[in-house]
Amino acid sequence: MSAIYILWLRQLKRYLRSRARIIGSLGQPLLFLLALGFGFGPTFAKAGGGNYIQFLAPGIISMGILFTAVFSGIEIIWDRQFGFLKETLVAPVSRLQIVLGRALGGATVAMMQGAVVFVFCLLAGFRFHRGLFLPVALAFMFLIALLFTAIGTAIGSVLQDMQGFQLIMNFIVMPLFFFSNALFPVQGLPKPLQFLIHLNPLTYGVDGLRGAFSNVFVFGLATDFLVLGALTTILLGIASYLFSRIQI
Amino acid sequence: MIEVQDLVKNFGAFCAVDHISFTVAEGRIFGFLGPNGAGKTTTIKMLTTLLQPTGGVLRVDGHDPQREQHLVRRAFGIVFQDSSLDEELTALENMELHGVLYGIRSPERRERIETLIAFVELWDRRNDFVKQYSGGMRRRLEVARALLHKPKILFLDEPTLGLDPQTRNHIWTFIQNLSTDQKVTVLFTTHYMEEADRVANEVAIIDHGKIVAEGTPAALKEQTEAKSLEDAFISLTGHAIRDEEASSSDRMRAMRKLWRGSGKR
Repeated sequence: MSAIYILWLRQLKRYLRSRARIIGSLGQPLLFLLALGFGFGPTFAKAGGGNYIQFLAPGIISMGILFTAVFSGIEIIWDRQFGFLKETLVAPVSRLQIVLGRALGGATVAMMQGAVVFVFCLLAGFRFHRGLFLPVALAFMFLIALLFTAIGTAIGSVLQDMQGFQLIMNFIVMPLFFFSNALFPVQGLPKPLQFLIHLNPLTYGVDGLRGAFSNVFVFGLATDFLVLGALTTILLGIASYLFSRIQI
Repeated sequence: MIEVQDLVKNFGAFCAVDHISFTVAEGRIFGFLGPNGAGKTTTIKMLTTLLQPTGGVLRVDGHDPQREQHLVRRAFGIVFQDSSLDEELTALENMELHGVLYGIRSPERRERIETLIAFVELWDRRNDFVKQYSGGMRRRLEVARALLHKPKILFLDEPTLGLDPQTRNHIWTFIQNLSTDQKVTVLFTTHYMEEADRVANEVAIIDHGKIVAEGTPAALKEQTEAKSLEDAFISLTGHAIRDEEASSSDRMRAMRKLWRGSGKR
């Protein structure tokens, strides 16, 4: 247990100490929030969708979490190349504990990033009326964070160096974000696209988060929770397995 | 303390370690010498549970690194060829992390950390980030960290690479004292033959994955009729210069240098 804790603490310290990273990874979500939120707002309202910022904010919070989480997981590649990973691999600690410590640390960091984006959403005019649902929102934020840290860890365990990083950004992270319900509602989309979006785990995270704030769930609270919880467990398992196979 | 019998490691068709055998008795300092790419680091990785051997028998403090990983891991401390410190943490935090990973409890952990940091003369800089450390300071910190859990065996993979003579001297004196006072068994690799000559009780010279000579430095010099261990080394391994293929970590290292401007290492 203490091994998990100390590795979690390490991730947290590294995050809090790198202001450049905190501010840097705020740029993209804020850009989307302001440009799309205000740009499409009038059109969205005219089409009868209501206030677009209200709709968009949970998607943007999820985006902040998604990017930070995947990156936290992938950081394994850096630790592997610059040696620190070896320090943990020769320690008398099981690989599972190392993965859990790292994943929980990465997830906590991603949640904090999501919380910062949330504050900016409030500044941009986002309002939520169901204060009691904040714990539900936090639970979904945590699940999104843990799920995508696990995905990042799995990818980072397989890759040898950062050469593939662009590939991952453009063919995994970006599609996960765009082909979800983060930016637009799923109803009324062409069937193939709807199908694709239903396969995307982020969709259930965004739906859960949006539901927690507005009480309007498309798939239902239980479905969102179960899908996300099950996928997170499975991916943590896969990440642990791939991590345990690392030979340096 | 360390037993290696018929150890083999193949990477695909390439045989990195080819049926080597040697033993290191308790409290001895063993120098593992060889040109670049001879198989030294690969052997250390197998002894330290990081890599699975293709064949052969290994015993570290009487345990099998493959089957009894945690017992083996508790028994040794290691200083890697590349720094394995977390640069974004302070020296104290790096030590603390190691202590917790090895399950050393709090009052004892703090005492040992303080003693060791003072011992490698980093007390005044204990709260500085490791990224502000010079190469020599990093090495000293890594030696201190490797000793935190009182290992019976110490693996040192080129511990003095790129250090000035003062620091090298400091580190070797420290290690010799460990072996005489606390009976710590030491296995090290180095490219500096005069260091091996001075420090090692026994050396083994490995080339192309095979041990080509083994014995005390004096015996090797006698056997090859060489004046120094360096001459003995060259007469045993030849004059050909070995080129190592740049690994992905070399490329990453180059990339990092670009990223951070002038690296301190």
